[in-house]
Amino acid sequence: MSSHRGPSTFILSVLCFGFAFLYVPILVMMAYSFNDSALATVWGGFSTRWYSALLNNEQIINAALLSLKIAAVSATFATILGTLAGLALTRMRRFRGRFLFTGLIAAPLVMPEVITGLSLLLLFVSLQQLIGWPVSRGASTITIAHITFAMAYIAVIVQARLASMDESLEEAAMDLGGRPMQVTFDITLPLIAPSMISGWLLAFTLSLDDLVIASFTSGAGASTLPMVIFSKIKLGVTPDINALATIIIGTLSLGILIASWIMLRSQRKTSAQRQSG
Amino acid sequence: MSQANHSIPLGDKLWRWLVISLPYWWLAIFFLAPFAIVFKISFADPVVAQPPFSNFFDFSPGAESWLLATLDNYRFITEDNLYWISYFKSLKIATISTVLCLLLGYPMAYGIAKCQPGTRNILLMLVILPFWTSFLLRVYAWIVMLGKTGAINSLLLKMGLITTPIEMLYTDGAVYLGIVYTYIPFMVLPLYSVLEKMDTNLQDAAADLGARRWQVFFNIILPLSMPGVIAGSMLVFIPALGEFVIPSLLGGIDSLMIGRTLYDEFFINRDWPLASAVATVLLFIIVVPIMLLQSSLKEHS
Repeated sequence: MSSHRGPSTFILSVLCFGFAFLYVPILVMMAYSFNDSALATVWGGFSTRWYSALLNNEQIINAALLSLKIAAVSATFATILGTLAGLALTRMRRFRGRFLFTGLIAAPLVMPEVITGLSLLLLFVSLQQLIGWPVSRGASTITIAHITFAMAYIAVIVQARLASMDESLEEAAMDLGGRPMQVTFDITLPLIAPSMISGWLLAFTLSLDDLVIASFTSGAGASTLPMVIFSKIKLGVTPDINALATIIIGTLSLGILIASWIMLRSQRKTSAQRQSG
Repeated sequence: MSQANHSIPLGDKLWRWLVISLPYWWLAIFFLAPFAIVFKISFADPVVAQPPFSNFFDFSPGAESWLLATLDNYRFITEDNLYWISYFKSLKIATISTVLCLLLGYPMAYGIAKCQPGTRNILLMLVILPFWTSFLLRVYAWIVMLGKTGAINSLLLKMGLITTPIEMLYTDGAVYLGIVYTYIPFMVLPLYSVLEKMDTNLQDAAADLGARRWQVFFNIILPLSMPGVIAGSMLVFIPALGEFVIPSLLGGIDSLMIGRTLYDEFFINRDWPLASAVATVLLFIIVVPIMLLQSSLKEHS
Protein backbone atom coordinates (compact mmCIF):
# COMPACT_ATOMS: atom_id res chain seq x y z
CA MET A 1 0.00 0.00 0.00
CA SER A 2 2.13 2.90 -1.20
CA SER A 3 -0.14 5.89 -1.05
CA HIS A 4 1.09 9.40 -1.73
CA ARG A 5 0.68 10.34 1.89
CA GLY A 6 3.17 8.88 4.34
CA PRO A 7 2.10 7.69 7.79
CA SER A 8 0.51 10.42 9.92
CA THR A 9 1.90 11.67 13.22
CA PHE A 10 -0.60 9.52 15.11
CA ILE A 11 0.48 6.39 13.24
CA LEU A 12 4.15 7.24 13.73
CA SER A 13 3.75 7.71 17.46
CA VAL A 14 1.83 4.42 17.79
CA LEU A 15 4.65 2.71 15.88
CA CYS A 16 7.26 4.21 18.21
CA PHE A 17 5.21 3.24 21.26
CA GLY A 18 4.61 -0.26 19.92
CA PHE A 19 8.27 -0.97 19.27
CA ALA A 20 9.32 0.56 22.60
CA PHE A 21 6.73 -1.66 24.28
CA LEU A 22 8.18 -4.71 22.52
CA TYR A 23 11.82 -4.01 23.23
CA VAL A 24 12.26 -1.91 26.39
CA PRO A 25 11.48 -4.77 28.88
CA ILE A 26 13.99 -7.09 27.19
CA LEU A 27 16.69 -4.40 27.12
CA VAL A 28 16.07 -3.48 30.79
CA MET A 29 16.35 -7.13 31.78
CA MET A 30 19.59 -7.46 29.81
CA ALA A 31 21.00 -4.37 31.54
CA TYR A 32 20.13 -5.80 34.96
CA SER A 33 22.02 -9.01 34.15
CA PHE A 34 25.25 -6.97 34.45
CA ASN A 35 24.23 -5.43 37.78
CA ASP A 36 26.62 -6.43 40.54
CA SER A 37 23.91 -5.98 43.18
CA ALA A 38 21.35 -8.74 43.66
CA LEU A 39 18.71 -6.09 44.27
CA ALA A 40 17.04 -4.61 41.22
CA THR A 41 16.65 -1.25 42.99
CA VAL A 42 20.37 -0.66 43.44
CA TRP A 43 22.93 -0.36 40.69
CA GLY A 44 25.99 -1.97 42.23
CA GLY A 45 28.27 -1.41 39.26
CA PHE A 46 29.07 -3.46 36.18
CA SER A 47 29.74 -7.12 36.82
CA THR A 48 29.67 -10.45 35.06
CA ARG A 49 29.36 -12.43 38.26
CA TRP A 50 25.85 -13.74 37.44
CA TYR A 51 27.25 -15.22 34.24
CA SER A 52 29.99 -17.09 36.09
CA ALA A 53 27.44 -18.21 38.70
CA LEU A 54 25.46 -19.67 35.82
CA LEU A 55 28.43 -21.71 34.57
CA ASN A 56 28.74 -23.31 38.01
CA ASN A 57 25.05 -24.15 38.27
CA GLU A 58 24.95 -27.80 37.33
CA GLN A 59 21.15 -28.03 37.41
CA ILE A 60 20.81 -25.28 34.80
CA ILE A 61 23.64 -26.63 32.61
CA ASN A 62 22.14 -30.14 32.59
CA ALA A 63 18.67 -28.82 31.84
CA ALA A 64 20.05 -26.66 29.02
CA LEU A 65 21.86 -29.63 27.47
CA LEU A 66 18.70 -31.76 27.67
CA SER A 67 16.63 -28.96 26.11
CA LEU A 68 19.11 -28.46 23.27
CA LYS A 69 19.13 -32.20 22.56
CA ILE A 70 15.34 -32.43 22.51
CA ALA A 71 15.11 -29.28 20.37
CA ALA A 72 17.60 -30.54 17.76
CA VAL A 73 16.03 -34.01 17.45
CA SER A 74 12.42 -32.82 17.44
CA ALA A 75 13.12 -30.00 14.96
CA THR A 76 14.74 -32.46 12.55
CA PHE A 77 11.89 -34.98 12.67
CA ALA A 78 9.31 -32.20 12.57
CA THR A 79 10.95 -30.77 9.44
CA ILE A 80 10.77 -34.16 7.69
CA LEU A 81 7.15 -34.81 8.65
CA GLY A 82 6.05 -31.20 8.14
CA THR A 83 7.62 -31.05 4.68
CA LEU A 84 5.89 -34.31 3.71
CA ALA A 85 2.60 -32.84 4.97
CA GLY A 86 3.17 -29.67 2.93
CA LEU A 87 3.91 -31.78 -0.17
CA ALA A 88 0.83 -33.91 0.43
CA LEU A 89 -1.44 -30.87 0.67
CA THR A 90 -0.08 -29.04 -2.38
CA ARG A 91 1.32 -31.65 -4.76
CA MET A 92 -0.85 -34.73 -4.14
CA ARG A 93 -4.08 -33.65 -5.70
CA ARG A 94 -6.76 -35.91 -4.39
CA PHE A 95 -6.76 -38.35 -1.51
CA ARG A 96 -9.21 -39.63 1.01
CA GLY A 97 -9.36 -37.74 4.30
CA ARG A 98 -7.85 -34.57 2.86
CA PHE A 99 -10.36 -32.42 4.72
CA LEU A 100 -9.48 -34.01 8.06
CA PHE A 101 -5.78 -33.73 7.20
CA THR A 102 -6.09 -29.96 6.64
CA GLY A 103 -7.80 -29.61 10.00
CA LEU A 104 -5.16 -31.72 11.73
CA ILE A 105 -2.45 -29.39 10.38
CA ALA A 106 -4.21 -26.20 11.47
CA ALA A 107 -5.48 -27.29 14.89
CA PRO A 108 -2.16 -27.67 16.78
CA LEU A 109 -1.32 -24.05 15.92
CA VAL A 110 -4.19 -22.62 17.97
CA MET A 111 -4.84 -25.38 20.49
CA PRO A 112 -4.27 -24.16 24.06
CA GLU A 113 -1.10 -25.78 25.35
CA VAL A 114 -2.76 -27.15 28.48
CA ILE A 115 -5.12 -29.23 26.33
CA THR A 116 -2.38 -30.52 24.00
CA GLY A 117 -0.18 -31.37 26.98
CA LEU A 118 -2.90 -33.07 29.00
CA SER A 119 -4.16 -35.11 26.04
CA LEU A 120 -0.68 -36.30 25.06
CA LEU A 121 0.08 -37.36 28.61
CA LEU A 122 -3.15 -39.34 28.81
CA LEU A 123 -2.25 -40.97 25.48
CA PHE A 124 1.18 -42.00 26.79
CA VAL A 125 -0.36 -43.38 29.99
CA SER A 126 -2.98 -45.33 28.05
CA LEU A 127 -0.39 -46.69 25.63
CA GLN A 128 1.74 -47.81 28.53
CA GLN A 129 -1.19 -49.75 29.99
CA LEU A 130 -2.09 -51.18 26.60
CA ILE A 131 1.23 -52.10 24.95
CA GLY A 132 3.81 -51.35 27.63
CA TRP A 133 5.32 -48.44 25.68
CA PRO A 134 6.56 -45.85 26.66
CA VAL A 135 8.13 -47.57 29.67
CA SER A 136 8.76 -44.24 31.37
CA ARG A 137 8.14 -40.63 30.48
CA GLY A 138 11.02 -38.24 29.90
CA ALA A 139 13.13 -36.94 27.03
CA SER A 140 11.57 -39.30 24.47
CA THR A 141 7.95 -38.44 25.27
CA ILE A 142 8.75 -34.71 25.30
CA THR A 143 10.43 -35.13 21.90
CA ILE A 144 7.34 -36.84 20.43
CA ALA A 145 5.13 -34.05 21.80
CA HIS A 146 7.38 -31.36 20.31
CA ILE A 147 7.54 -33.09 16.93
CA THR A 148 3.75 -33.11 16.87
CA PHE A 149 3.12 -29.42 17.40
CA ALA A 150 6.21 -28.21 15.49
CA MET A 151 5.41 -30.22 12.36
CA ALA A 152 2.16 -28.29 12.03
CA TYR A 153 4.08 -24.98 11.93
CA ILE A 154 6.53 -26.37 9.36
CA ALA A 155 3.71 -27.81 7.24
CA VAL A 156 2.11 -24.34 7.09
CA ILE A 157 5.41 -22.63 6.15
CA VAL A 158 6.30 -25.24 3.49
CA GLN A 159 2.75 -25.32 2.15
CA ALA A 160 2.74 -21.53 1.70
CA ARG A 161 6.04 -21.70 -0.19
CA LEU A 162 4.90 -24.59 -2.40
CA ALA A 163 1.59 -22.91 -3.18
CA SER A 164 3.30 -19.69 -4.31
CA MET A 165 5.93 -21.56 -6.33
CA ASP A 166 5.88 -21.99 -10.08
CA GLU A 167 5.19 -25.66 -10.81
CA SER A 168 6.56 -25.55 -14.36
CA LEU A 169 10.02 -26.84 -13.39
CA GLU A 170 8.52 -29.89 -11.68
CA GLU A 171 6.14 -30.47 -14.59
CA ALA A 172 9.02 -30.24 -17.07
CA ALA A 173 11.00 -32.80 -15.07
CA MET A 174 7.98 -35.10 -15.01
CA ASP A 175 7.47 -34.71 -18.77
CA LEU A 176 11.10 -35.68 -19.29
CA GLY A 177 10.41 -38.95 -17.50
CA GLY A 178 11.41 -38.14 -13.93
CA ARG A 179 9.73 -40.29 -11.33
CA PRO A 180 7.71 -38.33 -8.69
CA MET A 181 10.13 -39.19 -5.90
CA GLN A 182 13.14 -38.25 -8.02
CA VAL A 183 11.51 -34.94 -9.00
CA THR A 184 10.77 -34.16 -5.37
CA PHE A 185 14.36 -34.75 -4.30
CA ASP A 186 16.08 -33.16 -7.32
CA ILE A 187 13.79 -30.21 -8.04
CA THR A 188 11.23 -29.47 -5.33
CA LEU A 189 13.28 -29.90 -2.16
CA PRO A 190 16.23 -27.72 -3.30
CA LEU A 191 13.74 -24.99 -4.22
CA ILE A 192 11.96 -25.04 -0.87
CA ALA A 193 15.16 -25.52 1.16
CA PRO A 194 15.08 -21.96 2.59
CA SER A 195 11.56 -22.55 3.94
CA MET A 196 12.66 -25.86 5.41
CA ILE A 197 15.60 -24.17 7.13
CA SER A 198 13.44 -21.42 8.62
CA GLY A 199 10.93 -24.09 9.62
CA TRP A 200 13.65 -26.07 11.36
CA LEU A 201 14.80 -22.93 13.20
CA LEU A 202 11.26 -22.13 14.29
CA ALA A 203 10.72 -25.71 15.50
CA PHE A 204 14.03 -25.55 17.36
CA THR A 205 13.15 -22.33 19.20
CA LEU A 206 9.57 -23.47 19.92
CA SER A 207 10.89 -26.66 21.48
CA LEU A 208 13.56 -24.82 23.43
CA ASP A 209 10.90 -22.52 24.83
CA ASP A 210 8.06 -24.90 25.64
CA LEU A 211 7.09 -25.17 29.27
CA VAL A 212 3.49 -26.41 29.46
CA ILE A 213 3.56 -29.37 27.07
CA ALA A 214 6.95 -30.50 28.42
CA SER A 215 5.65 -30.32 32.02
CA PHE A 216 2.74 -32.60 31.15
CA THR A 217 4.66 -35.12 29.05
CA SER A 218 7.82 -35.32 31.17
CA GLY A 219 8.37 -37.88 33.88
CA ALA A 220 10.05 -37.61 37.25
CA GLY A 221 13.61 -37.61 35.94
CA ALA A 222 13.74 -35.16 33.09
CA SER A 223 13.59 -31.40 33.65
CA THR A 224 14.00 -29.17 30.63
CA LEU A 225 15.43 -25.66 30.83
CA PRO A 226 12.02 -23.89 30.78
CA MET A 227 10.84 -26.15 33.62
CA VAL A 228 13.87 -25.17 35.74
CA ILE A 229 13.49 -21.49 34.84
CA PHE A 230 9.78 -21.55 35.65
CA SER A 231 10.28 -23.03 39.10
CA LYS A 232 12.88 -20.33 39.82
CA ILE A 233 11.00 -17.28 38.51
CA LYS A 234 7.74 -18.27 40.17
CA LEU A 235 9.37 -16.87 43.31
CA GLY A 236 10.28 -13.56 41.67
CA VAL A 237 13.41 -11.99 40.19
CA THR A 238 16.65 -13.96 40.32
CA PRO A 239 19.77 -12.28 38.91
CA ASP A 240 21.23 -15.42 37.37
CA ILE A 241 18.04 -15.87 35.33
CA ASN A 242 18.61 -12.34 33.98
CA ALA A 243 22.00 -13.53 32.76
CA LEU A 244 20.56 -16.76 31.34
CA ALA A 245 17.78 -14.84 29.57
CA THR A 246 20.33 -12.44 28.08
CA ILE A 247 22.37 -15.35 26.71
CA ILE A 248 19.34 -17.18 25.28
CA ILE A 249 17.58 -14.18 23.75
CA GLY A 250 20.87 -12.73 22.48
CA THR A 251 21.96 -15.98 20.81
CA LEU A 252 18.55 -16.69 19.29
CA SER A 253 18.16 -13.13 17.95
CA LEU A 254 21.63 -13.19 16.44
CA GLY A 255 20.99 -16.60 14.88
CA ILE A 256 17.66 -15.51 13.41
CA LEU A 257 19.12 -12.26 12.04
CA ILE A 258 22.06 -14.05 10.41
CA ALA A 259 19.77 -16.75 8.97
CA SER A 260 17.34 -14.21 7.51
CA TRP A 261 20.22 -12.15 6.11
CA ILE A 262 21.63 -15.22 4.35
CA MET A 263 18.19 -16.12 3.00
CA LEU A 264 17.59 -12.57 1.77
CA ARG A 265 20.96 -12.60 0.01
CA SER A 266 20.32 -15.95 -1.69
CA GLN A 267 16.88 -14.72 -2.78
CA ARG A 268 18.43 -11.61 -4.32
CA LYS A 269 21.05 -13.73 -6.03
CA THR A 270 18.48 -16.04 -7.62
CA SER A 271 16.29 -13.16 -8.76
CA ALA A 272 19.35 -11.41 -10.23
CA GLN A 273 20.33 -14.61 -12.03
CA ARG A 274 16.83 -14.99 -13.37
CA GLN A 275 16.92 -11.44 -14.72
CA SER A 276 20.33 -11.80 -16.38
CA GLY A 277 19.53 -15.29 -17.71
CA MET B 1 -3.36 -37.79 -14.19
CA SER B 2 -5.53 -39.54 -16.78
CA GLN B 3 -3.55 -42.73 -16.31
CA ALA B 4 -5.46 -45.59 -14.82
CA ASN B 5 -4.47 -46.57 -11.35
CA HIS B 6 -3.00 -49.96 -12.23
CA SER B 7 -0.48 -48.55 -14.68
CA ILE B 8 1.26 -46.36 -12.09
CA PRO B 9 4.59 -47.99 -11.14
CA LEU B 10 4.81 -49.50 -7.69
CA GLY B 11 7.60 -47.13 -6.63
CA ASP B 12 5.50 -44.06 -7.42
CA LYS B 13 2.54 -45.46 -5.56
CA LEU B 14 4.73 -46.21 -2.56
CA TRP B 15 6.17 -42.69 -2.59
CA ARG B 16 2.72 -41.13 -2.79
CA TRP B 17 1.55 -43.34 0.04
CA LEU B 18 4.58 -42.37 2.14
CA VAL B 19 4.18 -38.62 1.59
CA ILE B 20 0.53 -38.68 2.62
CA SER B 21 0.41 -41.40 5.26
CA LEU B 22 3.45 -40.63 7.35
CA PRO B 23 2.40 -37.14 8.53
CA TYR B 24 -1.28 -38.12 8.47
CA TRP B 25 -0.86 -41.08 10.82
CA TRP B 26 1.54 -39.22 13.05
CA LEU B 27 -1.05 -36.50 13.64
CA ALA B 28 -3.87 -39.01 13.92
CA ILE B 29 -2.04 -40.95 16.63
CA PHE B 30 -0.40 -38.10 18.54
CA PHE B 31 -2.93 -35.32 18.08
CA LEU B 32 -6.39 -36.70 17.28
CA ALA B 33 -6.43 -39.92 19.30
CA PRO B 34 -5.38 -38.14 22.53
CA PHE B 35 -8.58 -36.04 22.41
CA ALA B 36 -10.66 -39.20 22.32
CA ILE B 37 -8.79 -40.39 25.42
CA VAL B 38 -9.34 -37.08 27.23
CA PHE B 39 -13.03 -37.34 26.41
CA LYS B 40 -13.15 -40.92 27.70
CA ILE B 41 -11.30 -40.18 30.94
CA SER B 42 -13.54 -37.19 31.66
CA PHE B 43 -16.25 -39.78 32.42
CA ALA B 44 -14.06 -41.80 34.80
CA ASP B 45 -13.83 -41.74 38.57
CA PRO B 46 -10.69 -40.51 40.26
CA VAL B 47 -9.05 -43.31 42.24
CA VAL B 48 -5.91 -43.54 44.30
CA ALA B 49 -3.90 -45.69 41.91
CA GLN B 50 -1.42 -45.51 39.09
CA PRO B 51 -2.81 -44.08 36.80
CA PRO B 52 -5.30 -42.22 39.02
CA PHE B 53 -8.56 -42.96 37.23
CA SER B 54 -11.00 -45.84 37.13
CA ASN B 55 -11.31 -48.21 34.18
CA PHE B 56 -13.91 -47.49 31.58
CA PHE B 57 -14.92 -51.08 31.01
CA ASP B 58 -15.28 -53.78 33.59
CA PHE B 59 -15.66 -57.25 32.13
CA SER B 60 -14.95 -59.13 35.35
CA PRO B 61 -17.65 -61.61 36.35
CA GLY B 62 -19.97 -60.23 38.98
CA ALA B 63 -19.59 -56.63 37.87
CA GLU B 64 -22.76 -54.58 38.06
CA SER B 65 -22.32 -53.21 34.56
CA TRP B 66 -19.59 -53.53 31.95
CA LEU B 67 -19.57 -49.81 31.32
CA LEU B 68 -18.27 -47.63 34.10
CA ALA B 69 -19.02 -44.07 33.09
CA THR B 70 -20.05 -41.23 35.32
CA LEU B 71 -21.16 -37.70 34.75
CA ASP B 72 -19.89 -36.71 38.22
CA ASN B 73 -17.02 -34.61 36.86
CA TYR B 74 -19.29 -32.51 34.68
CA ARG B 75 -21.81 -32.22 37.50
CA PHE B 76 -19.01 -31.03 39.76
CA ILE B 77 -17.85 -28.41 37.24
CA THR B 78 -21.33 -26.94 36.95
CA GLU B 79 -21.98 -27.00 40.69
CA ASP B 80 -18.70 -25.61 41.95
CA ASN B 81 -18.40 -21.86 41.52
CA LEU B 82 -14.63 -22.07 40.99
CA TYR B 83 -15.07 -23.37 37.44
CA TRP B 84 -17.75 -20.88 36.45
CA ILE B 85 -15.52 -18.08 37.73
CA SER B 86 -12.50 -19.50 35.91
CA TYR B 87 -14.27 -19.90 32.56
CA PHE B 88 -15.87 -16.48 32.86
CA LYS B 89 -12.65 -14.79 33.88
CA SER B 90 -10.73 -16.45 31.03
CA LEU B 91 -13.34 -15.27 28.53
CA LYS B 92 -13.20 -11.75 29.96
CA ILE B 93 -9.41 -11.52 30.03
CA ALA B 94 -9.06 -13.05 26.55
CA THR B 95 -11.70 -10.69 25.11
CA ILE B 96 -10.26 -7.51 26.63
CA SER B 97 -6.69 -8.50 25.70
CA THR B 98 -7.79 -9.17 22.12
CA VAL B 99 -9.39 -5.73 21.90
CA LEU B 100 -6.25 -4.12 23.35
CA CYS B 101 -4.08 -6.04 20.87
CA LEU B 102 -6.31 -4.83 18.05
CA LEU B 103 -6.15 -1.21 19.22
CA LEU B 104 -2.34 -1.31 19.32
CA GLY B 105 -1.77 -3.77 16.47
CA TYR B 106 -4.00 -2.15 13.83
CA PRO B 107 -2.21 1.23 13.74
CA MET B 108 1.13 -0.59 13.88
CA ALA B 109 0.26 -2.83 10.92
CA TYR B 110 -1.17 0.16 9.07
CA GLY B 111 1.95 2.23 9.73
CA ILE B 112 4.27 -0.57 8.60
CA ALA B 113 2.24 -1.08 5.42
CA LYS B 114 2.54 2.66 4.68
CA CYS B 115 6.35 2.70 4.96
CA GLN B 116 8.82 2.39 2.08
CA PRO B 117 9.47 -1.28 1.12
CA GLY B 118 12.97 -1.25 2.62
CA THR B 119 11.86 0.12 5.99
CA ARG B 120 8.82 -2.14 5.87
CA ASN B 121 10.92 -5.33 5.88
CA ILE B 122 13.04 -4.11 8.79
CA LEU B 123 9.99 -3.16 10.87
CA LEU B 124 8.30 -6.45 10.04
CA MET B 125 11.43 -8.29 11.14
CA LEU B 126 11.36 -6.33 14.41
CA VAL B 127 7.76 -7.46 15.01
CA ILE B 128 8.53 -11.11 14.28
CA LEU B 129 11.87 -11.31 16.11
CA PRO B 130 10.45 -11.42 19.68
CA PHE B 131 8.13 -14.24 18.60
CA TRP B 132 11.19 -16.29 17.68
CA THR B 133 12.88 -15.72 21.01
CA SER B 134 11.76 -17.15 24.31
CA PHE B 135 8.14 -16.58 25.28
CA LEU B 136 8.79 -17.59 28.90
CA LEU B 137 11.71 -15.22 29.27
CA ARG B 138 9.80 -12.34 27.71
CA VAL B 139 7.07 -12.84 30.31
CA TYR B 140 9.81 -12.91 32.93
CA ALA B 141 11.10 -9.56 31.65
CA TRP B 142 7.84 -8.04 32.94
CA ILE B 143 8.53 -9.41 36.43
CA VAL B 144 11.78 -7.44 36.28
CA MET B 145 9.84 -4.36 35.10
CA LEU B 146 6.77 -4.49 37.34
CA GLY B 147 8.02 -5.91 40.64
CA LYS B 148 7.87 -4.02 43.92
CA THR B 149 11.61 -3.42 43.62
CA GLY B 150 11.43 -3.57 39.82
CA ALA B 151 12.59 -1.18 37.13
CA ILE B 152 9.44 0.99 36.91
CA ASN B 153 9.00 1.38 40.65
CA SER B 154 12.65 2.23 41.26
CA LEU B 155 12.58 4.78 38.44
CA LEU B 156 9.46 6.46 39.81
CA LEU B 157 10.86 6.42 43.34
CA LYS B 158 14.13 7.97 42.19
CA MET B 159 12.27 10.70 40.30
CA GLY B 160 10.30 11.42 43.45
CA LEU B 161 6.94 10.86 41.75
CA ILE B 162 5.91 8.24 44.31
CA THR B 163 6.99 7.56 47.87
CA THR B 164 5.91 3.94 48.20
CA PRO B 165 6.12 1.32 45.44
CA ILE B 166 2.92 0.74 43.42
CA GLU B 167 1.46 -2.78 43.35
CA MET B 168 1.71 -3.70 39.68
CA LEU B 169 2.94 -7.28 39.61
CA TYR B 170 0.50 -10.07 40.57
CA THR B 171 -2.55 -8.11 39.40
CA ASP B 172 -5.05 -8.57 36.55
CA GLY B 173 -3.52 -5.53 34.87
CA ALA B 174 -0.18 -7.33 34.66
CA VAL B 175 -1.95 -10.31 33.03
CA TYR B 176 -3.49 -8.05 30.35
CA LEU B 177 -0.11 -6.46 29.76
CA GLY B 178 1.61 -9.83 29.48
CA ILE B 179 -0.94 -11.21 27.00
CA VAL B 180 -0.87 -8.10 24.79
CA TYR B 181 2.93 -8.11 24.92
CA THR B 182 3.39 -11.74 23.92
CA TYR B 183 0.57 -12.04 21.36
CA ILE B 184 0.88 -8.69 19.53
CA PRO B 185 2.89 -10.26 16.63
CA PHE B 186 -0.04 -12.61 15.93
CA MET B 187 -2.28 -9.56 15.53
CA VAL B 188 0.09 -7.41 13.48
CA LEU B 189 1.10 -10.02 10.88
CA PRO B 190 -2.32 -10.99 9.45
CA LEU B 191 -3.43 -7.34 9.55
CA TYR B 192 -0.29 -6.29 7.73
CA SER B 193 -0.71 -8.92 5.02
CA VAL B 194 -4.25 -7.66 4.31
CA LEU B 195 -3.37 -3.95 4.46
CA GLU B 196 -0.26 -4.35 2.33
CA LYS B 197 -2.18 -5.96 -0.54
CA MET B 198 -5.04 -3.48 -0.37
CA ASP B 199 -5.75 -1.56 -3.55
CA THR B 200 -5.34 2.17 -2.84
CA ASN B 201 -7.47 3.29 -5.79
CA LEU B 202 -10.68 3.11 -3.78
CA GLN B 203 -9.16 5.25 -1.03
CA ASP B 204 -7.83 7.78 -3.52
CA ALA B 205 -11.20 7.95 -5.25
CA ALA B 206 -12.98 8.51 -1.93
CA ALA B 207 -10.46 11.18 -0.98
CA ASP B 208 -10.89 12.87 -4.37
CA LEU B 209 -14.62 12.94 -3.81
CA GLY B 210 -14.05 14.82 -0.57
CA ALA B 211 -14.10 12.09 2.05
CA ARG B 212 -12.20 12.90 5.20
CA ARG B 213 -9.39 10.67 6.44
CA TRP B 214 -11.51 9.05 9.17
CA GLN B 215 -14.36 8.53 6.72
CA VAL B 216 -12.01 6.77 4.30
CA PHE B 217 -10.78 4.64 7.18
CA PHE B 218 -14.16 3.60 8.59
CA ASN B 219 -15.98 3.23 5.27
CA ILE B 220 -13.28 1.68 3.13
CA ILE B 221 -10.10 0.51 4.83
CA LEU B 222 -11.63 -1.11 7.90
CA PRO B 223 -14.35 -3.11 6.07
CA LEU B 224 -11.82 -4.33 3.49
CA SER B 225 -9.41 -5.44 6.21
CA MET B 226 -12.02 -7.48 8.11
CA PRO B 227 -10.50 -10.90 7.19
CA GLY B 228 -7.24 -9.73 8.77
CA VAL B 229 -9.05 -8.36 11.82
CA ILE B 230 -10.85 -11.67 12.37
CA ALA B 231 -7.77 -13.82 11.75
CA GLY B 232 -5.59 -11.70 14.05
CA SER B 233 -8.25 -11.54 16.77
CA MET B 234 -8.78 -15.29 16.77
CA LEU B 235 -5.02 -15.95 16.78
CA VAL B 236 -4.83 -13.88 19.97
CA PHE B 237 -8.14 -14.89 21.54
CA ILE B 238 -7.85 -18.68 21.27
CA PRO B 239 -4.43 -19.17 22.89
CA ALA B 240 -5.15 -16.39 25.42
CA LEU B 241 -8.25 -18.27 26.57
CA GLY B 242 -6.24 -21.29 27.67
CA GLU B 243 -3.17 -19.33 28.76
CA PHE B 244 -1.33 -20.79 31.72
CA VAL B 245 2.13 -19.21 31.97
CA ILE B 246 1.08 -15.55 32.02
CA PRO B 247 -1.58 -15.73 34.76
CA SER B 248 0.58 -17.94 36.95
CA LEU B 249 3.66 -15.70 36.66
CA LEU B 250 2.13 -12.22 36.45
CA GLY B 251 -1.32 -12.69 37.97
CA GLY B 252 -2.34 -12.72 41.61
CA ILE B 253 -3.54 -15.76 43.53
CA ASP B 254 -7.09 -14.91 42.48
CA SER B 255 -6.30 -14.71 38.76
CA LEU B 256 -8.07 -17.97 38.06
CA MET B 257 -7.86 -18.45 34.35
CA ILE B 258 -9.09 -21.83 33.20
CA GLY B 259 -5.67 -22.95 31.94
CA ARG B 260 -4.27 -22.41 35.40
CA THR B 261 -7.21 -24.13 37.09
CA LEU B 262 -6.77 -27.14 34.81
CA TYR B 263 -3.02 -27.26 35.49
CA ASP B 264 -3.56 -27.09 39.27
CA GLU B 265 -6.33 -29.68 39.15
CA PHE B 266 -3.93 -31.96 37.37
CA PHE B 267 -0.62 -31.37 39.11
CA ILE B 268 -1.66 -30.31 42.60
CA ASN B 269 -4.95 -32.12 43.23
CA ARG B 270 -3.99 -35.00 40.89
CA ASP B 271 -7.61 -35.29 39.81
CA TRP B 272 -7.08 -36.42 36.21
CA PRO B 273 -10.73 -37.14 35.34
CA LEU B 274 -11.83 -33.70 36.52
CA ALA B 275 -8.96 -32.03 34.61
CA SER B 276 -10.10 -33.96 31.52
CA ALA B 277 -13.65 -32.72 31.97
CA VAL B 278 -12.37 -29.12 32.32
CA ALA B 279 -10.33 -29.61 29.12
CA THR B 280 -13.31 -31.04 27.24
CA VAL B 281 -15.48 -28.05 28.15
CA LEU B 282 -12.68 -25.66 27.14
CA LEU B 283 -12.36 -27.48 23.83
CA PHE B 284 -16.07 -26.95 23.13
CA ILE B 285 -15.71 -23.26 23.97
CA ILE B 286 -12.90 -22.74 21.43
CA VAL B 287 -14.55 -24.67 18.60
CA VAL B 288 -16.56 -21.60 17.54
CA PRO B 289 -13.57 -19.19 17.35
CA ILE B 290 -11.53 -21.85 15.53
CA MET B 291 -14.25 -22.18 12.90
CA LEU B 292 -14.35 -18.38 12.58
CA LEU B 293 -10.58 -18.39 12.04
CA GLN B 294 -10.78 -21.14 9.41
CA SER B 295 -13.44 -19.34 7.40
CA SER B 296 -11.62 -15.99 7.56
CA LEU B 297 -8.38 -17.61 6.38
CA LYS B 298 -10.22 -19.33 3.54
CA GLU B 299 -11.80 -16.04 2.50
CA HIS B 300 -8.40 -14.38 2.65
CA SER B 301 -6.66 -16.89 0.39
